[in-house]
Amino acid sequence: MGAGHAYRMHRPGDSPVHRLPAHVKVVALLGFVLVVVATPREQVWAFAAYALMLAVVAAVARVPAGFVLPRVLVELPFVVFAVLLPLVATGPRVDVAGVSLSLPGLWAAWNVLAKGTLGVVAAILLAATTEPRALLVGLQRLRVPALLVEIASFMVRYVDLVADEMRRMRIARESRGFHAGHMGHARVLAQAAGALFVRSYERGERVHLAMLSRGYTGALPVLEEGDASSAAWRLAAVLPAAALVVGATAWVLE
Amino acid sequence: MTAPPAPSLVVRGLAYAYPDGRQALYGVDLRVERGERVAVLGPNGAGKTTLVLHLNGILSGGLGTVEVAGLTVRPRDRDALREIRRRVGIVFQDPDDQLFLPTVRDDVAFGPANLGVRGVELDRRVRRALEAVGMGDVADRPPHHLSFGQRRRVAVATVLAMEPEVLVLDEPTSNLDPAGRRELAEVLRGLDVTMLLVTHDLPYAMQMCERSVVLSGGVVVVDGPTGQVLQDADLLRAHRLELPYGFDPRSVPEVTRG
Repeated sequence: MGAGHAYRMHRPGDSPVHRLPAHVKVVALLGFVLVVVATPREQVWAFAAYALMLAVVAAVARVPAGFVLPRVLVELPFVVFAVLLPLVATGPRVDVAGVSLSLPGLWAAWNVLAKGTLGVVAAILLAATTEPRALLVGLQRLRVPALLVEIASFMVRYVDLVADEMRRMRIARESRGFHAGHMGHARVLAQAAGALFVRSYERGERVHLAMLSRGYTGALPVLEEGDASSAAWRLAAVLPAAALVVGATAWVLE
Repeated sequence: MTAPPAPSLVVRGLAYAYPDGRQALYGVDLRVERGERVAVLGPNGAGKTTLVLHLNGILSGGLGTVEVAGLTVRPRDRDALREIRRRVGIVFQDPDDQLFLPTVRDDVAFGPANLGVRGVELDRRVRRALEAVGMGDVADRPPHHLSFGQRRRVAVATVLAMEPEVLVLDEPTSNLDPAGRRELAEVLRGLDVTMLLVTHDLPYAMQMCERSVVLSGGVVVVDGPTGQVLQDADLLRAHRLELPYGFDPRSVPEVTRG
């Protein structure tokens, strides 16, 4: 059953950040990220200020850096893209250690890296302090289209199951002497992936039947009502508000 | 005395072929009175699951009719269909197909919430259903953290919360360990509801149901007291049903109704 929980994003706790209702946190995160993205990239100090704000949030939520940093790796593809930019972009060039780099490219790379990392860290903090289920209810409250919430909810429920199925298939393969070593084995792995897809698809059909049998008509019922207190909204607004002050200052100085 | 209640289930001449042409049912007749516990026995491929999916109108389009407590299953009539799906509670073979929400509570609430139940009444239904299967203390846990036997019992609760007229269990003992099997039997015996137990686990049918029908080749071939059906060795052999090694149906007491 419950296979590896290595991907776990949630870190249970009881800090003021944990206690905030999920939809309030989502709105705060969105506000913060929008301000960060809108900040002119030349104002380097502003990004340091944003990073400091996130560090404060992490401290209040008691989420250690050792939890956040490994999870930042999801932005790796963007980092690769950012590293390429100074090499391929046009414009005035500078020589760094014998390599000719484009100046606008360097700025663009910095822009992607700084804003991307801040966004990812903020999202990790949201995930770390919010239970997946609470997040779904929060999205539902924010009137995110029901279909998207449902898809996310199924993912939360079945990711373990599919991972477990994948693990069993791998064990069964290896028990028969298979060892993925060279490219020739890609065919076997591709077939396994195909089998996994078909099995998941069929499970999807069975789940749908079971849902229909319990009166499903196309929309998951909203199971929780209720609203956040204005105190919660005020507390959550601290982060985007502080970011807004910094961002506005950066624009004025520009 | 008032008029006796309509039978829980009346199936008449039900025939069905899948869209790919494979015929699964060739005219099934079955009548189940209120409060009866009936085992539907049959080998793999006999059409058991196809029959089950007709009972609440998931499958339709063939010949014949299905009536649930006097209400005919008509797949076109959405309101009637919703009522049918309330009356017929199906517990599917794999609890992971049935439990798809992040917590047990949400899953048990799903059915009644689809029926429009909300608030205090919804909480009451969830609590009662979970207590009926002895799972009252797991409401806030995610289903995938429960043992298989526990998930099966929660799956029963998801259906009980809809307060069904007929409880239909599709292979309820598959993959259960002996203790899980016994616990499920205790739970099921404590329920006051008409029950259709679809299985090829013959001792379980003996333990749970006073009456058995054998479905084979898409028709009901035998209908009688479970003890008698299981003692008919020729009949069992003819329909690929087998008692486990060493099991003698004459050596165990027959269950009686009520």
